[in-house]
Amino acid sequence: MKTCFHGKKKLCSLLFTALLVMAVLGGCADGTGESSGDNSSKESVTDSQGTASTQESTQEQEASGDMYGGSIVVGIQQDIDSLDPHKATAAGTKEILFNIFEGLVKPDENGHLIGAVASDYTISEDGLVYTFTLRDGVKFHNGNAVTAEDVKYSLERVSGLLDGTPLISTMSVITAVDILDEKTVQVTVGSANTELIYSFVAAVIPAGSGEEEGADPVGTGPFSYVSYKPQEGIVLAKNPEYWQEGLPHVDQVEFKIVGDGDTALMELQGGTIDIYPYLTNSQAQVIQDNYQVTSAPTTMVQALFLNNAAAPLDDVRVRQAICYALDKEEINEFVGGGTGSLISSCMPPTLKDYYTDLNDTYGITANVEKAKELLTDAGYADGFDMEIAIVSDYEFHMQTGEVIVEQLKKVGINATIQGMENSEWLEKVYNGREFDATITCLTSDMTPGYLMNRFQTASGKNFINFASPEYDEVYQKAQAAIDLTEKAEYYKQLQKILCDQAGSAFIQTPADKTALSNRIAGYKFYPVYVQDISTVYIVE
Amino acid sequence: MENTKYTGKTEVKKVKNKRWNKYLTAGMVMTGIAVTLGIVGFFWTPYSTTAMSAAEKFAPPSLRHFFGTDNFGRDIFSRVMQGMGTSILISSLVVFFSGAAGIFLGALTGYFGGLVDEVVMRITDALNGFPSILLTLVIISLLGIGMQNVIISLGLVFVPGFVRIVRSEFIRLRDADYIKRARMMRVGNFRILFVHILPNIFSVFWVSVMIGFNNAILAESGMSYLGIGVQPPDASLGKMLSDAQGYLQTAPWYALAPGLTIVWVVLGFSLFSEGIRRKGGTQR
Repeated sequence: MKTCFHGKKKLCSLLFTALLVMAVLGGCADGTGESSGDNSSKESVTDSQGTASTQESTQEQEASGDMYGGSIVVGIQQDIDSLDPHKATAAGTKEILFNIFEGLVKPDENGHLIGAVASDYTISEDGLVYTFTLRDGVKFHNGNAVTAEDVKYSLERVSGLLDGTPLISTMSVITAVDILDEKTVQVTVGSANTELIYSFVAAVIPAGSGEEEGADPVGTGPFSYVSYKPQEGIVLAKNPEYWQEGLPHVDQVEFKIVGDGDTALMELQGGTIDIYPYLTNSQAQVIQDNYQVTSAPTTMVQALFLNNAAAPLDDVRVRQAICYALDKEEINEFVGGGTGSLISSCMPPTLKDYYTDLNDTYGITANVEKAKELLTDAGYADGFDMEIAIVSDYEFHMQTGEVIVEQLKKVGINATIQGMENSEWLEKVYNGREFDATITCLTSDMTPGYLMNRFQTASGKNFINFASPEYDEVYQKAQAAIDLTEKAEYYKQLQKILCDQAGSAFIQTPADKTALSNRIAGYKFYPVYVQDISTVYIVE
Repeated sequence: MENTKYTGKTEVKKVKNKRWNKYLTAGMVMTGIAVTLGIVGFFWTPYSTTAMSAAEKFAPPSLRHFFGTDNFGRDIFSRVMQGMGTSILISSLVVFFSGAAGIFLGALTGYFGGLVDEVVMRITDALNGFPSILLTLVIISLLGIGMQNVIISLGLVFVPGFVRIVRSEFIRLRDADYIKRARMMRVGNFRILFVHILPNIFSVFWVSVMIGFNNAILAESGMSYLGIGVQPPDASLGKMLSDAQGYLQTAPWYALAPGLTIVWVVLGFSLFSEGIRRKGGTQR
C-alpha cells in the first residue's frame, strides 16, 4: 500500500486481480484444452494395446461376440482406507476389493446371493448351523488351492474367535467353525438370524496371512493385486485361474482417484477414464456425447429426518403434516433430474423381496390442505420455526433442502437451513441428537434389517428418537422368522408403521449415474455398492 | 481538509488537480448502480428470490428474466440483486468494525509507541503470519457456519491491515510541528489523536477502506462459495458461483451473472478508491 503505483498500472493490476479471482472462484471446470492433449496420447496407447490383444483372442471368442484383453481405467472418488478386506470399512474401498476378494458367497446383480468359494450351503432348521460345501478348483492369486483351513481361518479372524476382536461385528455371533471334511465347513452361531448369511460375503484369505493382507492382498477374486499408490490409485491384473469360466475379460484395470468435482469432469471430458460411477446430474448432461450415462437405483434412502423427541415434531400430526407438505416428485425433478425412485418408508425398492410401496399414504405430490388441517389440529395453525441441519459439502442434500424449505413455506412452516461440517453433524445431529430436522442418506446393505433395526426405540443408532412399542415387537418377530415370506411380511409391517407414524419424511432412493465409455461394454449394475469389472470388455 | 502538511523532514507539495477525475466519476457511477440495486434488492426484487418453477428451469437471459434462470427456475437477476445487497452489507459491517478497531489500535500504537506498540504489533504480525483465508476458516470452524460468524471472522482478519496503515500514518504525523505545538499548548492526548491527527490521515485511510471493502466482498464471496457463509436458500454471489459451476457448459449465464457482478462491484470500488487517492493528492 505504501508503494506508489501509477494510475494506469494500478488499474491494470486491479483488473487483472479481479479477473484472476473470478477465474479462481469460477473454478477450473473448463480445463479441457490442456488435458485433452496428453489424454488423447494416453488413450491411443491403451487403444493399440486393446486392439493388439483383441486380435489374438477374436478367433476363440467370435461366437459369443465377447472380447478379451486390453486395460481399462475406473475413476474413484476417494483414497482407500485399507487393503485388508476384513479391516476396510469405507464403501469406496469395498467396491474395489470386490474384484480381488470373494467370500463363501457373493451377491449377484439382482441382489441375491450366489456361491463363490462355496458352491453350496445349507442352513439348519433352527437357523443355528450353516454348512458350506467348498467349490472345486478355486485358487488363490498365489497359486495355492483354497482349503477348508483357509476358510476356517478367515471366518475365525472376522468373528473374533482368533484373537477376541471381531473385525466384522455381525459375525461376532459365530461360536464355532468346524472342518467336517476337506470340502465341508460347518459354522455354528449363538443366535438364529437368517440374515447372517449375507455376512458370509466376507473375504476368504489364505490361512495365517492376516498380517500381510494389508500390504500384499491375496484373494480368490477375478483380479489380483498389482500395486497401490496412496492418493493415486490401485492397479489390478487379470487372474488367469479364476474359477468362473471366461472371466474376467480385460487384462488390467486401474482404479484411479479423480475426486468428485472438476478433476473428475476433466478426466471424463479428456476420455482418460472408462467408468465413473458417481456422476452428478449436471456432469451427466455435459459428458453425454462421449459416454453412455446409465442410471441405476442405489440402496440409499434419502429423507428429511425428523427428531421425534423435539417439539413440535414430537406430535405425530406435525410430522404427518410435513409428509403431506412435501412434493417428492418436484424434489426428484429438481435435484435428481427425475431419476430417483420415490419412497415413503426406510427401505430402498432395490431390496425387492422386502420392499412395499407406501407412496399412497401421503401421496407423492404436495397436499397443502391436508397438511394445514393437521397443523391446525396440532395447534400450529400459524406454523412454526424449524432448523434443517445439512452437511454443507453434500450438494445433493443442500439442494434438496432448498426445495424443501420452499415447499414447507406453503404450509406455513418457516424452515431454515443450517449448514455444517461433517464432523460437527456427526457430533451434534447423529450422535448428539440435538436437532429439529436433517437431510441425509442412509445406505443399506443387502439385508433388510440393516436399515430397519435403527428405528427400535432403544437402538443406539436411532438418532431420530423414533419410539413405537409396536415397531419394536414386530422387529423382534422379523428377526426370529426363518421363513422368507414370513420375514418379508414382518418387514413390510415395519415399513408401514414407520410410514404411518411419520417417523421421518422419506423422500427417495437416488439413482447412481454411471458414465461408461463408448469403448467398453458388459458393465453390470449391482443393487449393492460394488464395481464388478470382471464382466467388462472392450468393444473397439 | 488541510491540504498542506508538514512532516519532520520533507515538505509535501500541495497538488492542485483541477483535471476531470475520471476515476472518481466512473467509480461513483459503477458503485452507485451496484449499491442502489443492492439496497433495493433488500426490499424488492422483480421476482421472488426463492420461488421455484420446474417449467422455467435454465431459461436463458431474456426480457422476462434479464440474467436467465437457474437450476430451480429462480430468476437470477433477482437473486443477484439480493446477493449483492447481502455482500455489500456484510462487507460494510466487516470494514466498519475492522476499520474502527484499526483506527483505535493504530492511533494508540503509532502515537505512544512503547510496550503497547510492541505487544499489539507482534499480535498483528502473528495474525498476518497465517494466510488470511486459512485464518477465517479456523475461526469459522470454531464459531460455526453462518452469516454473523463470517462477519466476525472477516472483521478479525482485516484488523491488522488497518492497524498497520493507521499506525504508520500516526508515526509520520506524531512529530509534525503542529502536533508538537499542540502538545506544548497542553492539548489532551485524546484530542491530539482524534481531532488533530485523525482528519489528516483520512485520504490515506479512505483508500485503504475502499480496498478493504473490495477484499471483504471477495472474501465473503469466497466463504459463501465454500458453503460456509450465507446459507441457502438466501442468495449470495459466491454461493451462486459455486452452484453454477456444474452448469458452466449447459447454462453459462448462471455463472456469468454473479461472476460479472462481483467484477463490477470490485472494479467500481477500486476506481472509486483510486479517484479518492488522486483527489486527495497525496503524492509522496
